[in-house]
Amino acid sequence: MSASLATVSYIGATILFILSLGGLSNPESSRRGNLYGIIGMTIAVLATVFGPRVSMAGIPWIMGAMAVGASVGLIAARKVLMTQMPELVALMHSLVGLAAALVGFANYIDPVASSQLIGSEKSIHEMEIYVGILIGAVTFSGSIIAFGKLSGKIGGKPLLLPGRHLLNLLGLLVVIFFGWQFMGAENVNSGMVALTVMTVIALLFGIHMVMAIGGADMPVVISMLNSYSGWAAAATGFMLSNDLLIVTGALVGSSGAILSYIMCSAMNRNFFSVIAGGFGTGGGSPAKAGGEAQPAGEVVPISAVDTAELLREAKSVIIVPGYGMAVAQAQHTVYEITKHLREKGVNVRFGIHPVAGRMPGHMNVLLAEAKVPYDIVMEMDEINADFPDTDVSMVIGANDIVNPAAQDDPTSPIAGMPVLEVWKAKTSIVMKRSMASGYAGVDNPLFYKDNNRMLFGDAKKMLDEVLVALKS
Amino acid sequence: MPLMIGVPRETAVGEKRVATVPEVVEKLIKLGFTVAVESGAGDAANCSDESYRAAGAQIIEGAAQLWASSDIVFKVSVPTTEEVNLLREGGHLIGFIWPAQNPELMAQLAAKKATVLAIDCLPRMLSRAQKMDALTSQAGVAGYRAVIEAANAFGRFFNGQITAAGKVPPAKVFIAGAGVAGLAAIGTAAGLGAIVRANDTRAEVADQVKSLGGEFVKVEYEEEGGGGGGYAKVMSEGFQQAQREMYAKQAKEVDIIITTALIPGKPAPRLITAEMVQSMKPGSVIVDMAAERGGNCELTEPGQAVVKHGVTIVGYTDLNSRLAKQSSTLYGTNLFRLTEELCKTKDGNINVNMEDDAIRGLTIIKDGTVTWPAPAPKLPPAPAKPAETKAIVAPKGHGHGGGGAPASAGKTAIIFGVAAVLFLLIGVFAPAAFLGHFTVFVLACFVGYMVVWNVTPALHTPLMSVTNAISSIIAIGALVQIAPPLTEGFDRPDGWIRWLAVAGIALTTVNMFGGFAVTQRMLAMFRK
Repeated sequence: MSASLATVSYIGATILFILSLGGLSNPESSRRGNLYGIIGMTIAVLATVFGPRVSMAGIPWIMGAMAVGASVGLIAARKVLMTQMPELVALMHSLVGLAAALVGFANYIDPVASSQLIGSEKSIHEMEIYVGILIGAVTFSGSIIAFGKLSGKIGGKPLLLPGRHLLNLLGLLVVIFFGWQFMGAENVNSGMVALTVMTVIALLFGIHMVMAIGGADMPVVISMLNSYSGWAAAATGFMLSNDLLIVTGALVGSSGAILSYIMCSAMNRNFFSVIAGGFGTGGGSPAKAGGEAQPAGEVVPISAVDTAELLREAKSVIIVPGYGMAVAQAQHTVYEITKHLREKGVNVRFGIHPVAGRMPGHMNVLLAEAKVPYDIVMEMDEINADFPDTDVSMVIGANDIVNPAAQDDPTSPIAGMPVLEVWKAKTSIVMKRSMASGYAGVDNPLFYKDNNRMLFGDAKKMLDEVLVALKS
Repeated sequence: MPLMIGVPRETAVGEKRVATVPEVVEKLIKLGFTVAVESGAGDAANCSDESYRAAGAQIIEGAAQLWASSDIVFKVSVPTTEEVNLLREGGHLIGFIWPAQNPELMAQLAAKKATVLAIDCLPRMLSRAQKMDALTSQAGVAGYRAVIEAANAFGRFFNGQITAAGKVPPAKVFIAGAGVAGLAAIGTAAGLGAIVRANDTRAEVADQVKSLGGEFVKVEYEEEGGGGGGYAKVMSEGFQQAQREMYAKQAKEVDIIITTALIPGKPAPRLITAEMVQSMKPGSVIVDMAAERGGNCELTEPGQAVVKHGVTIVGYTDLNSRLAKQSSTLYGTNLFRLTEELCKTKDGNINVNMEDDAIRGLTIIKDGTVTWPAPAPKLPPAPAKPAETKAIVAPKGHGHGGGGAPASAGKTAIIFGVAAVLFLLIGVFAPAAFLGHFTVFVLACFVGYMVVWNVTPALHTPLMSVTNAISSIIAIGALVQIAPPLTEGFDRPDGWIRWLAVAGIALTTVNMFGGFAVTQRMLAMFRK
């Protein structure tokens, strides 16, 4: 295969990748979108393997490595539970980050790669290597920590080192200093020292950054790491002067950045304040501002049987799922209840907050897994106006995203965050294990409202009881 | 030694309420107090001596005896000079005092070295204090009764009916002032089937009016009428003009007007003029709940129901006494809640804790020292006005149709400025080969931006997993390193590079296959 043919194939792959992302604009075309992605990737890999830059001697190595990777990947994809998607995605980001760093190192020790470069071209090439490894390493360690947090192997509470901003700044300065050293290095060995030190700092920075972020901000972190893995690919593309890598990396990078932005605005938070960490402290006293802001009234518990009674008599029901539903694996029972009510002519819909769950779109995937038709699953903006006409709103394992304090109490830490207005329904039922506050550590005045009922207990168990009561 | 709570018979003319009822007596005894009730105190409110005794209270004959033996006296109406003389030196008194209107009474009480808690001085803005808010509970009862009085004086049904004998139109009720009494009146009138309209100078109560089944009538004039503490304030001349026009119009249309407008410390505003009364249909009814403070209607005669120009004008000032049992039960419960706050130890002793905002506000005389008026309670900055709240929760640009954040012009200018400087630097220093790649990079960022905004939020998770799979394109970087065509004259550390590249390929292939497979699995689940 000639160089031109390889380049043309790359262009084809690029177009297919863009179509792939475009296909996700609605569920109908999304499957075709994924297929485009697969075809694009196949073309890109084949064009490279049989292209002018790989000799036949490499084929066995490539086959071996790919066979191992493919089998691991396919098994993981088959085994993973839908509730574990955030963890899987985080883990995969870390692989991209690590690969980017490895490719960077390999490129640096390869004398052929920079043999024809002189002057500023050489400096730029070295800078590309340096930045590529930097982003790769941060993505790698950050994603590993995110994986740990999401899978519960590391506590969800943010770790706040004293003077953490100073530490980060110091790290950045050291990285810049070694960057300068690296560019001025006379041979590969002396440059390697600078490169290694930088890599270690980058790894530590990645760990530190994600450790400082609270569990509630995880959707932002995941999409941010998604973005980073894209930039790492783009940096590698610059390093190798490969436009396909640059384009693909930029696509992925901007996609992740947009998702981060959407998640941040869904929480009414500044992107930088999320990254700087320290929110979602969980511990400490829930912020209570003055006498009036304290929730007044009493919490009224309700039994599963009474809940079923309420649902049966309702004409319209809106279900608001949160992370609690994912934890309890209750999505199938939720669907059974939905199906039963819909057969009885009740208008059941779902209201999804953009940051419900631990990654963007997490709830949609879970409901889809349980076979809930996607046309009754609504976004916050679509459904918020309908709450006043709703008889029962049922909140399953969500807290901060239905907190009226975000609208009513300007002193609340979550003030201004858009929330689902479940309290405007005639009756709201909140399913919760206890009265503990959500990740933001903010007390929820919803629980004390006159028209609110609390159904305490594990979401799955309680919903099973509700279902039994409904059917009887 | 548990303290004794004494409940005397009310002596004011027409007062039928009593400061506690048997049900509440039991609860007070549970708090550790002993309770004494003057014989006949509850007769007018259908609470016999016998029922008090059954609840555990002592019955004491004669006011003098009762006042002398009580440590704490519960009263309803403002105490008279004789009653103050009966109060024990250093005793406690809880009830309505209205210190601003009764300076002489204050002096007498202070001279007695008494501790006095005026239930009318409760800081109403404290949520915690609501359970003790007797003004609210009494106003609610009065609002209900006002509608009943109106129905009594009105010659027709409230609800519309179509009967064999013909069609009956529903009564139209207009309620001026949507405070507690006004809201109670709205609910009651709507419950009887009338068409209810209401007005208030505080625009924020419109939702409450609607929630009770009323229709909010606006005054076509822009002015904010909240005067703090949940009361209204005096409005400007222009507003009052507009308001008068609106009332005149309503007076011609409606059958019943119930007025509840009060402004603290001022005579009641004149809302209904004699001409308006004249313009009403014969047989109409006006219930003036502000009669005691001069009346909202020009023709009101306090304490009386009179017929003028064919309109019955009810100016009763004792609406609460006309529902004595209900008023007493609620009032008694308010006082019980207050007692709970005073006696947190539940041992029958009280602690007038001046650090507590609610207690501090209530206490107007402490051990003979006048402590009224209380300093404003420590409250958070004024509750956000609806408009401001809306500004905070303004919908954010989200999801559809390629819209980014609506950045301000200044911000956009800064971003463009920074980008221009960056591009300039790159243009000056970067070599041509780099620029080619850079062009591709920037354009790809834009393409990504445009494409991704179109992704539906429901598919964000598949989007992440597919972009993740695509980012394993980095495999190409490893592929080209594994065994490039031989180049002469270089000492290439093949072994190292090969192993790094193999690791890179293996890692990215996990991603590539895993990512696409899991995306496929997820997308297959989305169905209608």
